Amino acid sequence: MSTISRDEVARVAGLARIDLTSDELDRLAGELDVIVQSVARISEVATADVPATSHPLPMFNVFRADVPEPSLPVADVLAGAPASEEGRFMVPQILEED
Amino acid sequence: MSAESTDLTRLSAATLADKLTAGEVSSDEVTRAHLDRIAAVDPAVHAFLHICGRRALATARDVDARRAAGEELHPLAGVPIAVKDIIVTKGVPTTAGSRILEGWVPPYDATLVSKIKAARLPILGKTNMDEFAMGSSTEHSAFGPTHNPWDLDRIPGGSGGGSAAAVASYQAPLAIGTDTGGSIRQPGAVTGTVGVKPTYGSVSRYGLIALASSLDQAGPVTRTVLDSALLHELIGGHDPHDSTSIPEPLPPLVAAARQGALGDLTGVRVGVVTELNGDGYSDGVRARFSESLTLLQQAGAEIVEVSCPHFTYALGAYYLILPAEASSNLAKFDGMRFGLRVTPDGGDGLAATAERVMSATRGAGFGPEVKRRIILGTYALSAGYYDAYYGSAQKVRTLIQRDFAAAFEKADVLVSPTAPTTAFKLGEKLDDPLAMYLNDVATIPANLAGVPGMSVPNGLSDDGLPVGFQILAPAKADDRLYRVGAALEALLETRWGGPLLERAPELATAANSPVEATR
Repeated sequence: MSTISRDEVARVAGLARIDLTSDELDRLAGELDVIVQSVARISEVATADVPATSHPLPMFNVFRADVPEPSLPVADVLAGAPASEEGRFMVPQILEED
Repeated sequence: MSAESTDLTRLSAATLADKLTAGEVSSDEVTRAHLDRIAAVDPAVHAFLHICGRRALATARDVDARRAAGEELHPLAGVPIAVKDIIVTKGVPTTAGSRILEGWVPPYDATLVSKIKAARLPILGKTNMDEFAMGSSTEHSAFGPTHNPWDLDRIPGGSGGGSAAAVASYQAPLAIGTDTGGSIRQPGAVTGTVGVKPTYGSVSRYGLIALASSLDQAGPVTRTVLDSALLHELIGGHDPHDSTSIPEPLPPLVAAARQGALGDLTGVRVGVVTELNGDGYSDGVRARFSESLTLLQQAGAEIVEVSCPHFTYALGAYYLILPAEASSNLAKFDGMRFGLRVTPDGGDGLAATAERVMSATRGAGFGPEVKRRIILGTYALSAGYYDAYYGSAQKVRTLIQRDFAAAFEKADVLVSPTAPTTAFKLGEKLDDPLAMYLNDVATIPANLAGVPGMSVPNGLSDDGLPVGFQILAPAKADDRLYRVGAALEALLETRWGGPLLERAPELATAANSPVEATR
């Protein structure tokens, strides 16, 4: 298995939308390398004939009664928002300027 | 009043419930005694992130009035409780130990909180924890660590160190924890308290801020096995708001604890897991473990050796599955709808788009362990690595479930030490993530398989610090934990002449601050 370079950490941090400082990149590259090397030994037993399990107690087609219920009051929900306007979340611009 | 108040904080929840029902004490007195205790010792312990004194006393007075009017109440009505800060509480700040949620006040209650409120237990406050439950020491809280009441220079375990320390230092008789890889059981072990991770789906996860959705489970943190059973029966059961909630009713847990306390385990097969009791476990931990086995044997249990060969891969699988699920769950902290928003200064000439605001917010709002795990999880899920890491981890999960299934053919419960060592010093493992992760080596398999587990205090190691005994049962057979746990507790306390916690050093108390001044 490959090791994690500083550039790889920077790329993955970008995917995860987390700004990291240069110091954090240095530190994480070393730490993640150690962790990944350690966990990689699971491949010794994870052979092709073993099925994957994603959930401890599988349940299928779980429904509850389709009954309309009141939603939370808009004001209560927006009370915790960083910014709101006219009963809506106010967010920064979504698209880059061309 | 003050001498009596001190005494009230030493009583178990079951005893308090009896006294409240009999009218010997009022909930106002009981709640006030605990708030006084918090004011006295929590400046040193730091188990709480938020105290709700006024709300708790309002609930207490309401209980007292209803009782005086002859109303039929829940058996635990009026007994105070503390709630881990990862569980949302309407109108009460909930941070999950993170700066990114600092000051956020949830607009709704978790299902288990609704149940606590319906049963009228005064909620004393929200307890400290590792940020988003990522950690084994509570040192990863953004608001400072919790200190172990046995030795304030040591960690109280984690992630639920606040709940365990609150209960161990008599600030609350009951607390709620959550356990994703051991966050209820390991703090229980290192603070000399009882902690139970129920079967996955036994307690609703609705309103629990998710860390790893296929592993998370809320459960009781108490000083006695019976108190855990009482609390588990209160918070457990089916919830239509949680699609992973088990539809069938809980097995009788309080009855199992009462049966176990009689001390007879004739016919119970206790399986010792070979892989969870060897290298890496301290001498003191191993010595107490083998003494406890002898006690169980003397009580009639049949001790059998079982091997779970894939448990040695559990830690590796866990540290791929957990970060993968966490990286997805924590994507909701984007600075748009709740919590912190950090706008980049624009010095680089770039517009502060939503994407840049999100990255800046998460860079500023998440602590180092959360960043570490989100990036690890994103890496494990990213193109080119998915099969090798996340895919392999899911296969190991299958192998671990098979190991459990085979072991439960030979034994009714499985046992091991809960944690490999006693509480270590604050700061000792903070710079070595892998060493920190090893604390959960014995507790993680249960989460991967969804089976229930309990930690019961089973003595002091050579260093005078508590150790825990872990009991595991098949899924939906949580009653077995309570039977065996209560039996071991009764046998040990007979030997000791009282509860282990009585041997904890007295904490210095700060000058009392008025309860009414707290929120």
